[in-house]
Amino acid sequence: MSDVIVVGAGVVGAACAYYAARAGLDVTVVDRGPVAGGTTGSGEGNVLVSDKEPGPELELAVLSNRLWRALAEHGGFEFEAKGGLVVAETPEVQRRLAGLAAKQGVEHAVVPAHALRDYEPHLADGLAGGVYYPQDAQVQPMLAAAALLKHGADRYGRGTLRLRLGAEVTGFTRSGERVTGVRTSRGDVLGGAVINAAGTWGGEVAALAGVCLPVLPRRGFILVTEPLREPLIRHKVYTAAYVTNVASDSAGLETSAVVEGTLAGTVLIGASRERVGFDRTTSVPVLARLAAQAVALFPALRDVRAIRSYCGFRPYCPDHLPVIGPDPRLPGLYHACGHEGAGIGLAPATGHLLAQVLTGVRPDLDLRPFRPDRFPLESQ
Amino acid sequence: MTDDVARRRGDGGDAAYDLVVVGGGPAGVAGALTAALAGLRVALVDSSARLGGQYFRHPAVPGRASGLERFLRLARALGERADVLPRHQVWSVSREPDGALAVHCVTPHGPSSSPHSPDSAASAGARGERPVVLRGRRLLIATGAYDRPLPFPGWDLPGVLTAGGAQALLKGNGVVAGRRVVVSGTGPFLLPVAAGLAEAGARVLGVFEANRGLGLARHPVLALGRLGEAAGYAVSLARHRVPYLTRQAVVAAHGEREVEAVTVARLDREWNVLATRVVECDTVAVGYGFVPQIELGVQLGCGTRYDVDGSPVLRVDDAQRTSVPGVWAAGEPTGVGGWRLAELEGRIAGRSVVAATRRPQAGCADPGRRPEAGRADAGFRPHAGRADADRTDFGSAAGLVSAAGSASAGGGSRVAEPSGVAGPGRGEVAAGEVAGVWVRRRARWQAFGEALQRAYPVKPGWQGWLRDDTLVCRCEEVPLARVREAQELGATDARSIKLLARPGMGWCQGRVCGYAVSCLAGEPPQPPRRPIAQPVTLGTLSALDGTLDGTLSDLDSPSHSGTPDMEDS
Amino acid sequence: MTFHITVDGRPVPVVPGQTIGAALHAAGVRSWRTTRFGGRPRGLFCGIGVCFDCLVSVNGRAPERACLAEAAPGDEVTTS
Repeated sequence: MSDVIVVGAGVVGAACAYYAARAGLDVTVVDRGPVAGGTTGSGEGNVLVSDKEPGPELELAVLSNRLWRALAEHGGFEFEAKGGLVVAETPEVQRRLAGLAAKQGVEHAVVPAHALRDYEPHLADGLAGGVYYPQDAQVQPMLAAAALLKHGADRYGRGTLRLRLGAEVTGFTRSGERVTGVRTSRGDVLGGAVINAAGTWGGEVAALAGVCLPVLPRRGFILVTEPLREPLIRHKVYTAAYVTNVASDSAGLETSAVVEGTLAGTVLIGASRERVGFDRTTSVPVLARLAAQAVALFPALRDVRAIRSYCGFRPYCPDHLPVIGPDPRLPGLYHACGHEGAGIGLAPATGHLLAQVLTGVRPDLDLRPFRPDRFPLESQ
Repeated sequence: MTDDVARRRGDGGDAAYDLVVVGGGPAGVAGALTAALAGLRVALVDSSARLGGQYFRHPAVPGRASGLERFLRLARALGERADVLPRHQVWSVSREPDGALAVHCVTPHGPSSSPHSPDSAASAGARGERPVVLRGRRLLIATGAYDRPLPFPGWDLPGVLTAGGAQALLKGNGVVAGRRVVVSGTGPFLLPVAAGLAEAGARVLGVFEANRGLGLARHPVLALGRLGEAAGYAVSLARHRVPYLTRQAVVAAHGEREVEAVTVARLDREWNVLATRVVECDTVAVGYGFVPQIELGVQLGCGTRYDVDGSPVLRVDDAQRTSVPGVWAAGEPTGVGGWRLAELEGRIAGRSVVAATRRPQAGCADPGRRPEAGRADAGFRPHAGRADADRTDFGSAAGLVSAAGSASAGGGSRVAEPSGVAGPGRGEVAAGEVAGVWVRRRARWQAFGEALQRAYPVKPGWQGWLRDDTLVCRCEEVPLARVREAQELGATDARSIKLLARPGMGWCQGRVCGYAVSCLAGEPPQPPRRPIAQPVTLGTLSALDGTLDGTLSDLDSPSHSGTPDMEDS
Repeated sequence: MTFHITVDGRPVPVVPGQTIGAALHAAGVRSWRTTRFGGRPRGLFCGIGVCFDCLVSVNGRAPERACLAEAAPGDEVTTS
């Protein structure tokens, strides 16, 4: 019997397990697949502060950014502090970007048009400027999730953090009104608390417990180029449209150019957002649009080959904020899901805050904006 | 072609070809020719400069080879009746909103383009490459197979080639792969490779067959009645004093910049090493069977099954139809069985396509044909006449028209389920669509192919040949040790090993290492999910933006395509 | 009836119809590329367009497979 059962071995589940183990709790992580097999394995590894409007999510991102840096010191994955460059196509957009940066209150530098190529030598002509965010970073998300689980198991005593992979949660065990564990395809796992860190499938797990959580998939494609010998792109570079699309409620396709080089030498190109359920069918028009936007931003990419693409399903909630904290409707059940496209970046803070709640410590951030019962009934 | 994106369509004012065939080997050419002779508008694309596939690969000025002249006649006949597009690499096949299938290709600008004479069309995409989109109502996937390699220490040294690579050098280019050559692996394909090299003047130091010691005289190829061909190889090997040694294999290659020697091991029945010796050589040709190339079918959501040897292949019914309406498959993608089976399957597929065109209401749904297309009734033309369904060969073109026109020839058309081919469970084959005699012959060749797969399995002992530093993935340079580390971190399947350690993330997208990684993960190989089946420049991709039929929001609906039954990242 | 291409400036003879990879192999050039991490030599392996070991740049274009690219008179091939 564990103190905490974490459902989901993605990056958020791994962070929850790590911080719970660090706080002295015995943890069992349950996943129907392998480590990082869901949305974590389909992400770019964004650890961004630049794309958040001022508010609770930005506070979460800033806390998380600090925690990621500390976690990377344990080894096992690299925290690549590459910095983010948001570029504006027009002077009007540039004014708005600079205004947003001033309100965010995070470290940044407004970059005039003539200085853009000091940051990115291959940027296209005619851009109006940008804002540089030195804290923006990238981790290899699968390695990071696996490393967190390994550190948690290695550092806080053998048996403190156990992994049960290939076990699908099929229901919950209860004692009276209280959740006492999960039923899985490989037997029951009992514990004092259950954390739902099932990401895009968090709504389904919540439904197994009889509570509603409006987490839905928002599909994104990523294009991956051939490995380049010389890095063509140094930072994470994206256009201002990305910020507005992240917060958009549109069900249709939205794209914005997000381009970055990786340590492996490849260039990753995003980002598209569509609400089409769990459909994995590749859309050639979407790939063509992503390529066109990337080439418009970096003309030198024209002769670079795309060698693969993949898609993933961001877990989004109607108000685009994650769900973090105890479920007042069902004692013993906690949630840590619905982080949309920011799950990698927000994972450590999510795990850290939940560990504080589980051990009776006042959390560093106010969790009310993230509470599970905040959604009006009609959206459930 | 003045458009940025060359959009090739069937002539006659309609929006799409009746049939697009991907792959110009025996299956693709037979299928395309069968359909073209029946009057269908057909396009065939192939990545090579010349048709032939792996088996009928030939140089620009072809020599004399068994069966090649006949194949070239068929290819010429096809060229007169269909759009044949060599040097076209298909990177995606997708269903368009109107139900047609879009075959996305890239093709080089041609030998004349050079940096000093910039091609005017180059501004559309990238330098040297041009996008071509073919639209078809129906698709025949005839993409063949490639060698299945196994890793071993030193296998990435230059001079180590796949058996098919050595064969391609010889048959397609007239180049002998080396002077002192060792051939190793498993399966009957090693014989023609070794014989070809020996006849071309290479010193073949041995054919090391990892499987059991039947000896050449009792070789299953002989036992199963392929007497002429296999006996020819046997005679050739004997004449050149090439030893054929069973339960032996190359388990390591050595050298500084290229191969200088190999370690040959004697193996037990599970391929564990019993004893070793070193053989000096400059070239190694290795092959452990074949990997059917099915990714285009997987892109479209075609159902798959496992072949006898564990390879995922496309599931087809008696008429070579996949589980996705409007999509046929023939040849190795439906199960490895050699060129004769491939050609037969291609012909059956071609006939089935013709029948579907003529009777759009019968049998399967036909999403490729829109009711409002105006030409819908063109399908109801009189049958060209009944034909001898037992034709064993392509004869004159006239004979083929007749054979292809026999779609409604009724006699003997009660089809038996060939062993090992599960139908897609989507209703029965339209009566008369496939002549019974073809089905029976196909069943015999399939049984033969399956018997070979059973006789030449891959045994698990090869994993013991690897050292910690042996590269499993050549592209991303992932050694065995990193694969094992990923497994310790919680990667319980091949996909998560790929995500954590990067095997299969590189240029070849796991085509070379995929089988080995699956074995190391202890799971059967999954159907390959490669949404971009061939590298395509971002310039080419971006030239497609806004040119595709249908709007992006139309394509947001998932209803137009099947969802692949196996998922990847 | 052979012609020549240049590979990193050196002439290599070609029989018409040969691929660049085959011409190099025939000329005794077994490797023409090194891997980006280990600097390991690479040349032809699969020979039929599957493995991408044999990448070259032809006339300044994006990398392509030498085993598929048919050589043309005057081709300037560069390796990496």
